[in-house]
Amino acid sequence: MLNLLFLVFLSPLLGFLILSLGRGRIGQNAATVIGVGSIGVSALVTLGAGIDLLSHPTADGAFTQVLWQWMQVGTFNPRFALRLDGLSLTMCGVITGVGFLIHLFASWYMRGDEGFTRFFSYMNLFVASMLFLVLGDNLLFLYFGWEGVGLCSYLLIGFWYLDPANGSAARKAFIVTRIGDTFMAIGLFLLFRELGTLDIQQAMATAPGHFEVGSKTVTAIAFLLLGGAVGKSAQLPLQTWLPDAMAGPTPVSALIHAATMVTAGVYLIARTRVLFELAPLALHWVGIIGAVTLLIAGFTALVQTDIKRILAYSTMSQIGYMFLALGASAWQAAIFHLMTHAFFKALLFLSAGAVILACHHEQDIFKMGGLRKKLPLPYWSFIVGGGALCAVPYLTAGFYSKDEILWQAFAGGHMDLFLAGLFGAFLTSIYTFRLIFTVFFGKEHSAAHSGHGVAYTLPLAALLILSTFVGGMIHPPLSLVLPAGPGEGGGSAEMQVQLLSGSVAILGIVIAALLFLGDRRFVKWLKNSAIGGLLARYFGAAFGFDWLYDKLFVKPFLWLVRVNASDWFDRGIMGAAGSLQTLNGQLTRTQTGQIRWYAASVAVGAVLVIAVAALT
Amino acid sequence: MILIWLFMVPFIGGLLCWQIERFGLTLPRWIALGTMFIVLMLALLLWHTGDYSQTLLGNHGAGGGHWVEEFSVPWIPRLGISFSFGLDGLSLLMVVLTGLLGLMAVACSWKEIARNVGFFHLNLMWNLGGVIGVFLATDLFLYFFFWEMMLVPMFFLIALWGHNIPGGKSRVFSATKFFIFTQASGLIMLVSILSLVFVHYRATGTLTFAYDALLNTPMGAATEYWLMLGFFIAFAVKLPVVPFHSWLPDAHSQAPTAGSVDLAGVLLKTAAYSLLRFAVPLFPHASFAFAPVAMWLGVIGIIYGALLAFSQNDVKRMVAYTSISHMGFVLVGIYAGSEQALQGVVIQMLAHGLSAGALFILCGEIQERLHTRDLREMGGLWARFSYLPPIALFFAAASLGLPGLGNFVGEFLILLGSYKVAPVVTIFAATGLILAAVYSLMLVQRAFLGKPKSDEKLRDLNAREVVTVVTLMVLLVGLGLYPQPVLDISHASMAAVQEIYQSGATATASAATLTTTAGAP
Repeated sequence: MLNLLFLVFLSPLLGFLILSLGRGRIGQNAATVIGVGSIGVSALVTLGAGIDLLSHPTADGAFTQVLWQWMQVGTFNPRFALRLDGLSLTMCGVITGVGFLIHLFASWYMRGDEGFTRFFSYMNLFVASMLFLVLGDNLLFLYFGWEGVGLCSYLLIGFWYLDPANGSAARKAFIVTRIGDTFMAIGLFLLFRELGTLDIQQAMATAPGHFEVGSKTVTAIAFLLLGGAVGKSAQLPLQTWLPDAMAGPTPVSALIHAATMVTAGVYLIARTRVLFELAPLALHWVGIIGAVTLLIAGFTALVQTDIKRILAYSTMSQIGYMFLALGASAWQAAIFHLMTHAFFKALLFLSAGAVILACHHEQDIFKMGGLRKKLPLPYWSFIVGGGALCAVPYLTAGFYSKDEILWQAFAGGHMDLFLAGLFGAFLTSIYTFRLIFTVFFGKEHSAAHSGHGVAYTLPLAALLILSTFVGGMIHPPLSLVLPAGPGEGGGSAEMQVQLLSGSVAILGIVIAALLFLGDRRFVKWLKNSAIGGLLARYFGAAFGFDWLYDKLFVKPFLWLVRVNASDWFDRGIMGAAGSLQTLNGQLTRTQTGQIRWYAASVAVGAVLVIAVAALT
Repeated sequence: MILIWLFMVPFIGGLLCWQIERFGLTLPRWIALGTMFIVLMLALLLWHTGDYSQTLLGNHGAGGGHWVEEFSVPWIPRLGISFSFGLDGLSLLMVVLTGLLGLMAVACSWKEIARNVGFFHLNLMWNLGGVIGVFLATDLFLYFFFWEMMLVPMFFLIALWGHNIPGGKSRVFSATKFFIFTQASGLIMLVSILSLVFVHYRATGTLTFAYDALLNTPMGAATEYWLMLGFFIAFAVKLPVVPFHSWLPDAHSQAPTAGSVDLAGVLLKTAAYSLLRFAVPLFPHASFAFAPVAMWLGVIGIIYGALLAFSQNDVKRMVAYTSISHMGFVLVGIYAGSEQALQGVVIQMLAHGLSAGALFILCGEIQERLHTRDLREMGGLWARFSYLPPIALFFAAASLGLPGLGNFVGEFLILLGSYKVAPVVTIFAATGLILAAVYSLMLVQRAFLGKPKSDEKLRDLNAREVVTVVTLMVLLVGLGLYPQPVLDISHASMAAVQEIYQSGATATASAATLTTTAGAP
């Protein structure tokens, strides 16, 4: 099966080609078969290849398949080569597995949309690009996938193109992440200058001998790569695009903006771990960025009213946990959380999609309510997925991964990160159950129609199971790729941290119940108080980053473009031409045809010449 | 001998087109198509049969350059002028690009040009013939002859078959502006060529315009610098480099589609080619000294072009400004002079030729159907076509440097190679990647997305139009995924340029060391 590894990305790529070439000629059923089936094939190949890889382990636990030499320019010789190891296998499993379920669900969700085939062609292209990203064995190939997923994200956010707001959200997502990508590209230039290669394994092997720990160059490289990572993973300071990205169809939000693409930054840092270990300052900042992002996103999620935006901020905050884990050198825990997060966040988004469709494209949670009875499957999905998001002890997948992060941060002596993570867990519980209580409990506000069919039930049920402790039992085969974190096998101290984080989660849920079940007198009072209202507005505006960037970058750019619309240089040159014309006009006027003028000017000229000659 | 035919075929074909018009209006089109097809086939034959791995353009000393194909007969022996052509990997690639885009240019004017069809194709063919001559000439006098030669037909293409924008500039204005800019700068180059020949005459006693002989002409540093500037300005106008760029948007917006394809795809490349062939190798020390200025000019072009592209309402003007931005990368790469950067320049030239050419073809097709090029009148076209918008999206993605397409390989190699030489310049140049995303996506939004202005379907691309753009798409993907065949062809030529350039660098460096050691005691 390993030799068929290329099929993993080829199958969705072919799906994309068929669907996009057959525009208008492929019916919805055929498109479903091609679009969903291609991901299914890819998932099966991943499964087979994974079993092969794990049952016949090679020396370094990896398998490399060289497709062809991309180019060879002097010493720069990147190739198209796939590398399957524990890390990329985990990522591929998530991408194709969760991706398959989301595609299946999308065939229900998007049915009847006139862009049905277009939707699946973009989705397939996305999966192919994402697989490039994780399978590429050199950084240029990774960058290829990195940009490819960015483009697909753009296309899918702006999928419903009739509304210019969607287009604007899509452009924002692409351009903000492109800023990060450009940092990353510069990082690659610097890395190539130093090490003479962009091959990941080679670079990681030679880096420790080439750089001193904490040297300026390696720190710069690590920070530049981090720039790419924060862009893609929607972390501070490039996080502003993610909430707007919710303009896309909900399966897109589930696949791209929750389960896979936004975790690419985490993958990148884990992949280039050696560089970050050589640059402790950068690694420290990874943790800080994660911690700050998870808190800011948590506070913002508390006051949002759009169901998808709440989930978007929770995604941002959970990726913050992954960054925090990376910063605390809890490498395996970060990837573990990436995986469980993909399960429960995909579940939450898909069931949110089910709710949205049931309520006729209503996304405001306060216009919903009491949906528990009418939508039992989404309800239970939200309970389990939400529980996993809050890391409800022992029952949910999220607990196992999040707890590992918190424990390793604690054991590694990163008290600041640990406390931020603990407080973030508390916020998470409150905003998650605020959402659940508002949507599913209380008075019914609207008529809702439940969905049905395999494409509806199967993905939700499968993800629901994976979000329970079952998902927590899946241990990604990372031991050969990433080192064990601090405090492995912690015993009683770990138990205490578990107890602490578990009770914080439960406490948050209880508080959410007190605040949001019933008639919410306290919340209303808080909202109407001066300071509460102010805070709510500030949180609601996501701490004002959009406002700030608008003032700092967008407005000046537009101003510059506006004042220079007529091209200064051109005006300068045309001005010169214009003045020549004027001069010509003036001189023409001396041709009067009158002898007395000519005689006078000859005389004046002669006098002037004689005067000049005499005086010099 | 094939070299002669490479440019004779378009000249003869042009005359045929002109005369055969009296027998039917489609005949000139077919003849022009056949002509460009023959050119392309001849070029591909040369590609296939030649060995391009050994070319050493600057094989210093006696014997001079070593070309894969050569042809030379005396022309005006008293003045040392000969009719001589030479071909190496770089010129071959440029000729192939010319043949290919020539085909596209003929194909895209099939319906657009209805008046004076024969004379139109005469001008088109002669222009392309002139361009091929520029790519092949190895005698500076002959080179200058072709340089002027491609100018006049282009003037007519714009002035006679161009568009008048209601309430805007006229096509004659644009054609004249184009002519004056290139002519004035061409004169500066002529003065430089003559001065170079006389400097060479004074030093060696032989009067010659031969390129190989003029390489390594001994001259003082100041002389070299001034002569280099004379060449540089001519090429800078043509490339174009900000602040000499403003003829380009005007020329593009008024030119017929074929003219635009020709301008953006091929004509601009003659400038980049000439920098690589003449400005740098003839004056390596001065070029090296001038490099920081040139690279910063490139950066200014990248950013300035991108900013202006964003603010345009005329879609052809917009694409014209993006060309300025992309050519900025070429300028940065040429003067970075490292192997990766120079190879990147070659790829960037080809990829830009294909992608900008395609964008202009698409602009022409939109204009044919909507009768406007104003982006404010468009919007929502996605719903009104089924094939054109996704194809345009593809080329917009190419223009913003999406990996997998040729432009990415070009830009990445240029930046990668330049970083070693000039990190700060490269970082500023890299902001072009962001700005390219900004203007490309804005173009897609304004033209294709949003609410359609009307629900009426527009006639979709016909077979001829699909074949032209799909060919370009396939080639761009090929260039993006497997650029190696092209890189192999240009490798030796670029290595030679790099070698000459490095000799300039080391000589400058050793001179600097000499002065410092002399000053030390």
